[in-house]
Amino acid sequence: MGKVIIPIGPQHPALKEPESFSVTLEGEKIVDVNLRLGYNHRGIEKACEERTYIQDIYILERVCGICSHSHSTCFVQTVEEIAGVEIPERAKYIRTIVAELERIHSHLLWLGVAGHEIGFDTLFMYTWRDREIVMMILKKVTGNRVNYGINTIGGVRRDISQELLKEILTSVDALEERTKYYIQVATQETTLMNRLLNVGKLSHEDAVLTGAIGPTGRASGIDSDTRRDDPYAAYDKVTFKVIVDNHNDVYGRTLVRVLELMEAYSIIRQSVQNMTEGPITVKVPRKIPAGEAFGRYEAPRGEDVHYVKSNGTEKPERVKVRAPTLANIKPVLKMLENYNLADLPIIVAAIDPCFSCTDRTLLIKDKKSNKSKIMDWESLRKYSIEWYKKRGIGF
Amino acid sequence: MNMIRPGKMIRQVLSSLIKKPATIKYPYVKFEMPENFRGKIKFYPEKCIGCKLCVRDCPSNAITITKVGEKKFECEIRLDKCIYCAQCVDSCLKKALESTGEFELAQLDKKKLKEIFHAQSEDGIKKET
Repeated sequence: MGKVIIPIGPQHPALKEPESFSVTLEGEKIVDVNLRLGYNHRGIEKACEERTYIQDIYILERVCGICSHSHSTCFVQTVEEIAGVEIPERAKYIRTIVAELERIHSHLLWLGVAGHEIGFDTLFMYTWRDREIVMMILKKVTGNRVNYGINTIGGVRRDISQELLKEILTSVDALEERTKYYIQVATQETTLMNRLLNVGKLSHEDAVLTGAIGPTGRASGIDSDTRRDDPYAAYDKVTFKVIVDNHNDVYGRTLVRVLELMEAYSIIRQSVQNMTEGPITVKVPRKIPAGEAFGRYEAPRGEDVHYVKSNGTEKPERVKVRAPTLANIKPVLKMLENYNLADLPIIVAAIDPCFSCTDRTLLIKDKKSNKSKIMDWESLRKYSIEWYKKRGIGF
Repeated sequence: MNMIRPGKMIRQVLSSLIKKPATIKYPYVKFEMPENFRGKIKFYPEKCIGCKLCVRDCPSNAITITKVGEKKFECEIRLDKCIYCAQCVDSCLKKALESTGEFELAQLDKKKLKEIFHAQSEDGIKKET
């Protein structure tokens, strides 16, 4: 049988964000996948170099809508490390609480999206209804549903009052009740199990080789979690389990995420209990001393890494962001091999992709001369007109 | 071991039949924003000392402060540029800026997205330019 190459994306109903997969098929089986990034590049890293540290918090928060707290905390921690600042205890706990609330909302969102991708829209509707509880609490605590803006260099911007802490605890109780139900659904519902078991297998060896991180890696037996391995915020003062699963497939990834929700509830309860009264910020000078630092943060999707280099002025010299999806892209290509085309949406969705965080510019080199070419706007326009003319489309 | 059976969620689904809708009929039923919601920014001209810390810290250059007289300052906020992070409120040493719960800011006329707080008026009456 001959091979057929099917382009999926940049615009495709199965994908929520612009990304191009060209899938080589043999019948229904996927034999090879080629991925192309770069349709959603926004130049955030460069923009950060033009702005002050305080302005950068807000621009980096908008790297990702769902893990916005992850990116801002990661950046702020890195800058604090360069400046040699120790933030107050209470600020650490507030960062932890918001981080875990964000994890809850992200994982509930993923559970719904996964349900939607396999045609189980009932699950989608119910998880998203319950997600509203955590969104409301986030709005009350931080002032917004997404892009919380709670971080500042040297602490947090808002304190959580006693009444709000009580409210957090009651909503956590309600969410825990619901999560227990979803664990039952995930372990007993036959439609879900038949669809997800043995789909998108990624063996432990392959996961290590391709560098899978976060829930994707943990579902393939990689026992790593930045919260435990390199504690930040108040994670060294709370106890929690790192969920590891050996199913190696999409079902395993579902279980890891659902069980991580239970751990998140316990972390929030412990943080609320351990919190002591005190200041929430320390003063940090506007000019950060010269130096460089590397920050790690366990985002809901995996490990987020920021690198900041400072040159002693108000603006950073270099900011580098490695969003979790970039590390999980390689495993996806491995996962897709030898599965049916119809499995592609759920396998891609199973890593909880966020492509706009990941996007990089591509530098295409000529193979023969090993040189790259820079095109300005005019020549790019000319080139595109020529390109269409060759294919019989005139302007 | 748990028994595996199909239609695990059927009970939940059926019980929803007799429940009220979870959604709010939004444009007809208004809802209050929580106390520390970050909405539209309000400016108090009488408190401003013209240090321009807010202008310096604004991530989207949405705010401009101009001197109009002796110790009198005028503020222009571009609602289309503003990202409602309320950093200016935090930066302000004299509490001349405040975030309100107002969030219905969609506008067909672009000119209305520019808000000027004049120094003369007592509480910053909105005037379109």
